[in-house]
Amino acid sequence: MRANTWAGRNKVEVRDVPDPRILNRRDAIVRITSTAICGSDLHLVDGYVPTMQDGDVMGHEFMGEVVEVGAGVAPERLRVGDRVVVPFPIACGACGACASELYSCCENTNPNAGIAEKMFGHPVAGIFGYSHLTGGFAGGQAQYARVPFADVGPLKIESDLADEQVLFLSDILPTGYMGAEMCDIQPSDVVAVWGAGPVGQFAMDSARVLGAAKVIAIDKEPYRLEMAERAGHTPVNFEEVDVRSQLLELTGGRGPDKCIDAVGLEATHGSAHIAAYDQVKQAVRLETDRPHVLRQAIMSCRSGGVVSVIGVYGGLVDKFPAGAWMNRSLTLRTGQCHVQRYMKPLLRRIESGELDPTRIITHTLPLEEAERGFEIFKNKQDNCEKVVLKP
Amino acid sequence: MELTATTTIRKPASEVYAFWRDLENLPTFMAHLEEVRTTGDRTSRWVADAPFGKDIAWDAEIVDDTPGEKIRWRSAGDADVPNAGTVRFTPAPDGVSTEVHIVLVYDIPGGTIGKAVAKYFGEEPHQQLDDDLRRLKQVLETGEVVRSDGAPWGKRARKEFPQRPAQPLSDAELAKGADR
Repeated sequence: MRANTWAGRNKVEVRDVPDPRILNRRDAIVRITSTAICGSDLHLVDGYVPTMQDGDVMGHEFMGEVVEVGAGVAPERLRVGDRVVVPFPIACGACGACASELYSCCENTNPNAGIAEKMFGHPVAGIFGYSHLTGGFAGGQAQYARVPFADVGPLKIESDLADEQVLFLSDILPTGYMGAEMCDIQPSDVVAVWGAGPVGQFAMDSARVLGAAKVIAIDKEPYRLEMAERAGHTPVNFEEVDVRSQLLELTGGRGPDKCIDAVGLEATHGSAHIAAYDQVKQAVRLETDRPHVLRQAIMSCRSGGVVSVIGVYGGLVDKFPAGAWMNRSLTLRTGQCHVQRYMKPLLRRIESGELDPTRIITHTLPLEEAERGFEIFKNKQDNCEKVVLKP
Repeated sequence: MELTATTTIRKPASEVYAFWRDLENLPTFMAHLEEVRTTGDRTSRWVADAPFGKDIAWDAEIVDDTPGEKIRWRSAGDADVPNAGTVRFTPAPDGVSTEVHIVLVYDIPGGTIGKAVAKYFGEEPHQQLDDDLRRLKQVLETGEVVRSDGAPWGKRARKEFPQRPAQPLSDAELAKGADR
């Protein structure tokens, strides 16, 4: 089959690879009908996530048709012919973490748990197409994928919704939603979202759905801010204004009640010298992540507020404003999304029309053009917000 | 050399004990074991996997057996690598899970076998046992050892770094199976 693979830093390549087979009794094989490029795929391609290997099949946002199921999958749970969206964290459904609905922290699905434990203190779940640190599972930017624990994660789509309406249930819609949900939004809340990429846009929409009084979008790309503005959110361009001052202006000096970091470890900063500080430290591996957004969110948030982190961090950060966090009674909440927890409720919100995930799609390309998709998405060319690939 | 490790398994102590007490189950999750064969009520024959030292086999006997709580065993006769182990099963505070605490003691000899064993355990010997218990947890909670494309052969995941790429296995790789 054809698959988009990691071919070294800053390089992806669509290659011929073997078709996947059942390896565990509870696997299924899915013929992929739609898949997408995620902002976190850029962290892999840019070389900020260790343990990638030449030839790794990329992609963790995908859906399709079940073409084979293992002997351990009960027919009432999943059958050949079912149309499914596959959540990006692989979860067993049986361990203590899964019992607590902490699916992205599943204790059983990462064969390389020992490596992850070294990096993170405790291991994390397996993730499709996301380095060997998260298990070494082939991803979904391909014609077919093997889906372990197919009786736990995949969501069956039984209505006639288009792929584009449900594909993002695999990751970015639940991720954005969890970012907003962690904020415990009250009707009087002003919610600021750093990053108007796909996850940020969905965090904004989710904050609105959860009843926020006002939602602010912070980014530097005019087309992304315009997209947020068209959806009813208030834009702030960090290259044009001082973010903290502007947030104070928009909130009568209080600061946003809730702040969402939808950027993570590759943030850029409006002030060149601050951007350079972290860029240089990251380049020489004195810190692994560039935490501008995390710092700014903590400094901007009103006292007693919540800072919710859904942008990906991979290792260690420098100059974490612990004083502001502690003295001003801030709550820091975070996590890789526990996608399985949100798929069904969010499918209902899509069916009811409350959320329209299709609004962020700017490009649909054949899988063969994955390399170009990465290029325009990474460099924000051609007003690229979200690339959907068709195998 | 004494190694300790612990894990928590979301199954009752009676079930975890019963799985372990059937010593023939041990090779499904313990990387260094090729086979364990029960030879009597408390006696068994253990065969090590190749990396542990070629053709090593020994007899073992259970010396303490408290159902649902504890099993203690040791090698018998003139084993090449005299060893002993204790595993305890205690209820976890959540009321549904079991804490498994294991202690293994190896009396590593000199010579070729000693070298093979030392090489097998490497610089961080406790990791092998940590990984063994992770697989025990996988088997009891999910039914089998979890495989990925990068680490397709279960027990051998740690040994395979850098791993094969995270892409599906070819027919030839599948036919060949785990490379011993």
